[in-house]
Amino acid sequence: MSWIIGISALALMALIAGLILGFAAIRFRVESDPIVEQIDSILPQTQCGQCGYPGCRPYAEAIANGDELNKCPPGGQATIDKLADLLGREAKPLDAAHGEEDIKKVAIIREDECIGCTKCIQACPVDAILGATKQMHTVIADECTGCDLCVEPCPVDCIDMVPVEPKPERWKWQLEQIPIVEMNHLAELGQTQANGSNEAETTKQQQVNG
Amino acid sequence: MSFYIASSPHNHQRRTTATLMNIVLLAMIPGFIAQLYFFGWGVLFQLGVAIAVACACEALCLMARDRSAMMGLRDNTAIVTAALLAVSIPPLAPWWVIVIGTLFSIGVVKHLFGGVGQNIFNPAMAGYVLLLISFPVQMTAWLPPASLASNVPSFLDSLHLFLFQYTSEGYSVEQMRRIDTGTLLDAVVMATPLDHIKTQLSQGLTLGEATQHQQFTGIAGMGWQWVNAGYLLGGLVLLQQRVIQWHIPGAFLGALAVCAIIGSVFAPDYLPGLNIHLFSGATMLAAFFIATDPVSAATSNRGKLIYAALIGVLVYLIRSFGGYPDAVAFAVLLANLCVPVIDQYTRPTTYGYQREER
Amino acid sequence: MAIEITATSRLWNFPGGVQPDERKSPANLQPIQRFPLAPMLYIPLRQHAGAAGELCVAVGDYVLKGQPLTIPGVDNGLPVHASTSGTIKAITEHPLNHPSGLSGLTVHLQPDDQDAPYPHQPIADIHAISQREVLQHLQQMGIAGLGGAGFPTARKVAGARNIDALIINGIECEPYIVADDRLMREHAAKILRGCELLQQLTSAKSVIFAIEDNKPEAINAVATAIAETSSTTIANIILRVIPTKYPSGGEKQLIQILTGKQVPANGLPADIGILMQNVATAYAVAHAIDVGEPLLERVVTLTGEALHHPGTAWAPLGTPVEYLLQQSGFQPSKHQRVIIGGPMMGYTIANLQVPVTKTTNCILAPTASELTPADAEMACIRCGACEQACPASLLPQQLYWHAKAQDYDALKQHHIVDCIECGICAYVCPSQIPLVQYYRQAKAEIREQAIEHQKAEIARQRFEARQLRLEREKEERLEKHRRAAEARKAAQAARAAEAPTSPSAADTKPSAGKGTNAAVQAALARAKAKKAAQEQPDSSASIGPSAAVQAAIERAKAKKAAQAAAPEQAEPVADKGPSAAVQAAIERAKAKKAAQANAESSQSAEPAPENNTQSDKQDAIAAAVARAKARKAEREQAKGNTESQNNAAENERKGKQN
Repeated sequence: MSWIIGISALALMALIAGLILGFAAIRFRVESDPIVEQIDSILPQTQCGQCGYPGCRPYAEAIANGDELNKCPPGGQATIDKLADLLGREAKPLDAAHGEEDIKKVAIIREDECIGCTKCIQACPVDAILGATKQMHTVIADECTGCDLCVEPCPVDCIDMVPVEPKPERWKWQLEQIPIVEMNHLAELGQTQANGSNEAETTKQQQVNG
Repeated sequence: MSFYIASSPHNHQRRTTATLMNIVLLAMIPGFIAQLYFFGWGVLFQLGVAIAVACACEALCLMARDRSAMMGLRDNTAIVTAALLAVSIPPLAPWWVIVIGTLFSIGVVKHLFGGVGQNIFNPAMAGYVLLLISFPVQMTAWLPPASLASNVPSFLDSLHLFLFQYTSEGYSVEQMRRIDTGTLLDAVVMATPLDHIKTQLSQGLTLGEATQHQQFTGIAGMGWQWVNAGYLLGGLVLLQQRVIQWHIPGAFLGALAVCAIIGSVFAPDYLPGLNIHLFSGATMLAAFFIATDPVSAATSNRGKLIYAALIGVLVYLIRSFGGYPDAVAFAVLLANLCVPVIDQYTRPTTYGYQREER
Repeated sequence: MAIEITATSRLWNFPGGVQPDERKSPANLQPIQRFPLAPMLYIPLRQHAGAAGELCVAVGDYVLKGQPLTIPGVDNGLPVHASTSGTIKAITEHPLNHPSGLSGLTVHLQPDDQDAPYPHQPIADIHAISQREVLQHLQQMGIAGLGGAGFPTARKVAGARNIDALIINGIECEPYIVADDRLMREHAAKILRGCELLQQLTSAKSVIFAIEDNKPEAINAVATAIAETSSTTIANIILRVIPTKYPSGGEKQLIQILTGKQVPANGLPADIGILMQNVATAYAVAHAIDVGEPLLERVVTLTGEALHHPGTAWAPLGTPVEYLLQQSGFQPSKHQRVIIGGPMMGYTIANLQVPVTKTTNCILAPTASELTPADAEMACIRCGACEQACPASLLPQQLYWHAKAQDYDALKQHHIVDCIECGICAYVCPSQIPLVQYYRQAKAEIREQAIEHQKAEIARQRFEARQLRLEREKEERLEKHRRAAEARKAAQAARAAEAPTSPSAADTKPSAGKGTNAAVQAALARAKAKKAAQEQPDSSASIGPSAAVQAAIERAKAKKAAQAAAPEQAEPVADKGPSAAVQAAIERAKAKKAAQANAESSQSAEPAPENNTQSDKQDAIAAAVARAKARKAEREQAKGNTESQNNAAENERKGKQN
């Protein structure tokens, strides 16, 4: 008799616990984006294809299906770390086979050399190049992701990838990178003021070098 | 000629860590002199050895951690730790006790946790607790105040005792601790007032009977009350110099006082009163010099109040109901453990926010 | 909730704060000076918080004093004006008055020392026109907040509704700075006139004039001016004297002192019925409305022990800092610091050619003994001094740990964005940790991440839109093919029905002049040719001869000719800067369009007059075509050998450059 009581007591407890768990699962459900969305939102969206997939979204899907995390050079180590954190996987160093982390660049078309072939327009993954057949093309710099994909198709090699120019309002307070201007001319400054523009030139030069 | 690029602010309050530590050391002088006067030269030896060992240990640790030893030593924090430990242990404790304590304080509690500013425990108190539980005999061998002692060791005797535990004539520390009772030859071995009360109470005596003893002249026991008064004076200097804020000493002494008053209202015969609690043991040293260690204390003002009040209550509880006569070290370490929680819950409300969500 | 403040109502306190050495004297002892004009003024196009306007002058133009150099762009920015009359010598990159030392587009104006004025546009009665028009006038006059960040005043006033109290900030709490002090002493009446105008613009119920108690002369001057002003012009104006404490001049802190209220986080003072303006701004408003002259100069404090004659001066905007220092007897030392602003919040500059802008209230040249540079940073001892002193009740220590660990989420949680960068934490730090620098870097990084994230989001949307479009186009193409096939079938069926005697019904190839449906076949052929032309837009195409390709070639020729004939004035400015280049590009594009229109209408590639030919243009085109040919050839011959190809292209380019 006692074993019946034992079993039914256990069954009852299991039932109650199950109900509680079931209730909690519904009541306290944590809404979360599907994992692909989350991965995609971490990727830099340059759509450059250096990972070997045609865009960031496909790579996000591939990661969700178990591909390596370290194939995204534009995102660099920061992106790898974030992905590793999200997925609970090990953060590996960037896979050099897919390219190296580089400073941010933007494409510029040398406009007088452009022959208006539209090949770069077709190559741009984010439609950031404007132009039409036989018309000069130009890059919408703000929309350019610096993916490099337009450089190769250009038949006249008129697209340059140039580093994004630093803007004062987006400057990150790297005081130690400010070039120091010698002011030896201060003594004779009373006579000439013309040094001004020269000095500006030197400053810029140093900045580019530094 | 070239330009100097610097970030704002371009002017600074010229008060470095080293300056602050120097003020702390200077403020310890009144209490230290009282201790020297009542307990003899041993205190000085403890201090000297502690400082030497602390500096050496600090330098070695810094070098082992690839830091500049000179830069690290310059902030004087190691000296303060050494001084606090030195004045906490019995003056004639053997030299190796203070050496072990200091090594532990600096090497383990401070540098293994990451050096200045990273230690979660007060190094001096952690060192003290290590010594207390490792060497209970040596660590409770306090001398009687000089005016009561049957033998007051001379400078050389003290040095001899400190180094070899015997005077040059062959007296042991035990013998030095005897009190000149006048009539009885087999004199009582001295204990600190708090120790004495604890022992007597545990033997079934009432507080009144326990404090009949001749060392309880004045308000809280001969010698000790003056040492405490000395540290109180130094503490007031620190407050005046704005090296410390009132929050920690205030809350600590306040909590201890409230507990003591409540205790003596409910059990006047068994629980020591306000005078004993405030002016005996390490109360004032703790209030102004130990609990105020910024590294291991809570950060915000409210947090500091809670932190110090916690120490006060713990000190009272351990003194009254625990196994040890004094409890500052344990109380401080326990409160150190609570600091992260206290900090978490006492964040000040940032400008422009209503009472914020956590 | 209305804010009611009387002359005797309670003053509140804000947490923290410090009292550094004032050192306002001796700079505040001398009246505001006026130096001769600098030999060259550098007027940056962007001097306020917001985007720069569009240039409306060109190099070589003669401009009058007060003539606008830019017109505000789409975002309602502020124009900049010529601070004096003279000739524009250049419009180029010049070091900006900014902590970064970066350069920006700047108008180089050489004064002619005539100060010939541009016609003034005073407003006689602001009630005669709408508030919007007055604000537009203020915008045209380039009025920005002269106290701090340089926020456009018109926009600040426009954004403020239901204002209870207009606070006029004459606190100037930072050590050394005395520009507002001197202005209040010497021009209290005009400042009050500005207050009156601002009150009328905002319909504020009361005006509170706040001055720190370390400026007794300024307090006297303002009190006298208030007494002299009839109470009908300014309703409820109250002068409040505030105890000296840094940073009580901060907008949020001053509001807390005066009202006991806090501006909600991420909110504006207007949310609690307050608008604050600096005394210098009030002065500028009065000047812009009563005199009708734009903001052309401001009072600048020139101080520090490296100067022989410290004082204040009216500096035309654009005056190089070097010139002002020199006029004050600058004796630089070996590692001289030149600080724009005060010692607490100012920034050092790396180049003395930077100009005075609308927000430059102080140029400080201290000696090393006067303001000792910070020692090496030592370990934090968690002393909590920073937290005790923080006026925003932040946890500077925690912020410091998190900033060091670059834990930006934790920093956001600790409200790093509410840090006002007043510098107190670093000022009191016994370990000499440059805390504010850490916060600024972290804030910049957080801002950058936000921008990057936003950009990534936009990029994703654009990518997805493009994918959709490609998908759609592909489907449309398929659909078109399907329909064409159907149409063909239908046509065949019809043909079969019409001419059952036709030789082969299955033969779809059109054969001209055969059968009765020759016309239909001709039409089909035309359509095909057209389609081929559409699908093959490349001019370097190798596709067979068709009318369309012929036309393309003709167009290309026309283009070349048109480019050769491009207006000459576009060329000299092409290398002067981005906006000049854009203009040139626009002109080029226009020329091209015109040429194409010509070509299409006349159907003949009539070469443009040869005497205008610019050889470099043609060279460029020729080089491009040559390069393309070379590349194609190389591709065919040495496929895969990209190395040599790049080299060839590189050499070509070099050759062209030479």
